[in-house]
Amino acid sequence: MGSRHVYVLSFLLTLLGAGLFIYKIVALGFPIVPGEKSDLWDVEVRISFVARGGPVKVSMFIPRTSSRLAVVDENFISRGFGLTTTLVNGNRQAAWAIRKASGAQALYYRSSVQALEPAEEETVAKRPESQPLPSLEGPYLAAAETLLKSAREQSADLDTMVPQLIKHLWEPHNDSNAALLTGPRPDRSRVAEAALQLLALAQVPARLLQGVRLTLPSGEAPMLSWLQVYSEGRWSAFDLGTGEAGLPGDYLIFSIGPEPLFKVKGGNKVHYTIAVRRTEAGGLEAAALRGRIVNPQLLEFSLLSLPMQTQSVYRVLLAVPVGAFLLVIMRNIVGIKTFGTFMPVLIGLAFRETQLLWGLVLFCAVVTLGLSVRFYFERLKLLLVPRLAAVLIVVVLLMAALSIVSHHLGLDRALSVALFPMVIMTMTIERMSIVWEERGPAEAIQQGLGSLVVAALAYLAMAAAYTEHLMFVFPELLLVLLAGSLLLGKYTGYRLVELRRFKALASPRP
Amino acid sequence: MIFGTVRRLREAGVLGLNERNNRYTLAYNPRYLYPLVDDKLRTKQLALKAGLSVPELYGVIEIEHQIKGIHEVLEGHREFVIKPAQGSGGDGVLVVAGRAKHMYRLVSGVIMDRSQLAHYASNILSGLFSLGGHPDRALIEYRVQFDPLFGAISFQGVPDIRIVVFQGFPVMAMVRLPTRLSDGKANLHQGAIGAGVDIATGRTLTAVWRNEVVTEHPDTGNPVTGLQIPHWDRLLGIAAQAYDLTGMGYVGVDIVLDRDKGPLLLELNARPGLNIQIANRAGLLPRLQLIERIAARPNTVEERVAFAKDHLAAP
Repeated sequence: MGSRHVYVLSFLLTLLGAGLFIYKIVALGFPIVPGEKSDLWDVEVRISFVARGGPVKVSMFIPRTSSRLAVVDENFISRGFGLTTTLVNGNRQAAWAIRKASGAQALYYRSSVQALEPAEEETVAKRPESQPLPSLEGPYLAAAETLLKSAREQSADLDTMVPQLIKHLWEPHNDSNAALLTGPRPDRSRVAEAALQLLALAQVPARLLQGVRLTLPSGEAPMLSWLQVYSEGRWSAFDLGTGEAGLPGDYLIFSIGPEPLFKVKGGNKVHYTIAVRRTEAGGLEAAALRGRIVNPQLLEFSLLSLPMQTQSVYRVLLAVPVGAFLLVIMRNIVGIKTFGTFMPVLIGLAFRETQLLWGLVLFCAVVTLGLSVRFYFERLKLLLVPRLAAVLIVVVLLMAALSIVSHHLGLDRALSVALFPMVIMTMTIERMSIVWEERGPAEAIQQGLGSLVVAALAYLAMAAAYTEHLMFVFPELLLVLLAGSLLLGKYTGYRLVELRRFKALASPRP
Repeated sequence: MIFGTVRRLREAGVLGLNERNNRYTLAYNPRYLYPLVDDKLRTKQLALKAGLSVPELYGVIEIEHQIKGIHEVLEGHREFVIKPAQGSGGDGVLVVAGRAKHMYRLVSGVIMDRSQLAHYASNILSGLFSLGGHPDRALIEYRVQFDPLFGAISFQGVPDIRIVVFQGFPVMAMVRLPTRLSDGKANLHQGAIGAGVDIATGRTLTAVWRNEVVTEHPDTGNPVTGLQIPHWDRLLGIAAQAYDLTGMGYVGVDIVLDRDKGPLLLELNARPGLNIQIANRAGLLPRLQLIERIAARPNTVEERVAFAKDHLAAP
């Protein structure tokens, strides 16, 4: 196969990749840089409990996309638990289950929620089946009827009556009827319960929404219930706190109905928190939504259609080719020597977790210590494979020891040493010690430094938010990288280091 | 600056690694032929079949179990070389120069006892020195007694002559002289000196040591330029014949000159290094392109050698 073949192939690949790339930017408006302005929130629910040692089942309602807020990204973190998501009476429910668990457990649900431009379309809701009358008796029934009556008198229609009702329920000190229904110190859930009973008594279909408000000051967001009342084909919402009509735009609905947000079977000391944080990232989801409308097939077969957890894996994976391409440039155009072909890329990948400075420090620490042990092993005259296994064991021991020591010193960053690929470290140590023995320490250190420099550069290239964003949103750029790699495969120019190596030949003959 | 250097190197016809790989080794050395040159035992067998002289093979150790018998194999040989069959670039070559009771004395003066020698052989078998770490075999062979010519200009080890052969034509040559730095080994990257050799006459030209041009041996202080290599025509003949032996289009042929037995084919290298250009102070490209342009290609070894001597003389 001649060079022309490669050139044509590379040209076609570039054309395809760049074409798709430009189409997605121009026609679908995909953001080319991460973090363009967009309303996006991260919502995290954490459920912690102590498992009793038997099977554990936890179910939780998870947010749904409404006409104003779209859930664009979700993931579940639950070590060892099986996870299913189901629709229960129109609510989305996640169920975690495990055959056997004991001790403290924590389950996380995280999602990104994006504000949509409010859609004007009103769907006509079907009238719900009539609810059974509440089981109010004696003084309670009388109090409820009196409350309803006065609320009705002070209002013109349902939309004005419900706020009156809620107002009355919040004032037990003024109204003994309300006091009977909500107790002396009403709170949101008691008011909600009483309002539902009153409306059922009045034969008005009503239901509770459970959710959180996103624009409250950051930090923990309380679960707030909202009242919805059915009249003439639509559900109107009322704030159970103030009686105000309407649903705020930032209200994220977790579930509709009276059931509690979550249930835990097989555990106690249950505790939950809901955290809401506004993020800057985005633009992407908006474009993806737009893309689904403009060109559904394209988005149907894109990474954005994958489950959220898989997506986050691909965010990392798709950056790896960028590192590999950089490696090709460093080796074939610059001419830097490294230990092992892809070792710097893998080390660079590990730097993602440790951050660059710590990554370099930890890498040097493990390799230096490992190398000294390896030199000792050299004197023991061991067979190759057992020796490799021994070095691997030492590497794992060193990593554990580094973690423990750094933890006690309060250097929590250093804990991430555990994420170094230990087989790669072992092979690096082995190769380095052989080069050291055969070609001398200078050569070994030179190659080691070369590997580190390339690893650091690969890390910088791969971990840049920009790269990750570009490669994930525009995976077609891989075709361009492929074309570039094919072209470099035909590169016949000098390597930069060769300019120095052949310096004597570049000067005219003496 | 950079572009100026690139331009001058282009003008000098210097072959770079990328270009060597792309235009020459990938294009002229079919993958299936590599085992013939990567395995020194197979190269040796091929050479013997073609009637070329090679260092005599004393024994081959193929499995760990045979290591126990290594001392019987060595019985009667005071001097010998142990090397991996698939080593690259002279790695893993152990030269034993004599005995001290039951111990082995290396050329460097280091004494190795029997168990150390056995462990060394075991390392070779487990692939420590082989390309890609594959399990390997250990060859035990005749230790070359180098020609007295080189006595003054090498340190301990055996100097060898590297000739780059392109499509059967010897295109460039150098003699590699071991130094103290190279620990008696004749490989440039290990610190040996490379002295360019005029293809036409067999006289040494300039020399390079660790990418620097030198005229004297760093250990002995004797001049390394202007020496006449003996048996030059026979050396060129062996090199040219190596092409017919393997079919490798672009190959480095390593030959040693033995005091008693004359030129011996040591090994072939499918990816010969580029430092030979520095040793010769000349680029390979013009020579390779000259060969590529030959319309009527001479077939016999003698014709090819004659062509090379006519056309590739040093200026």
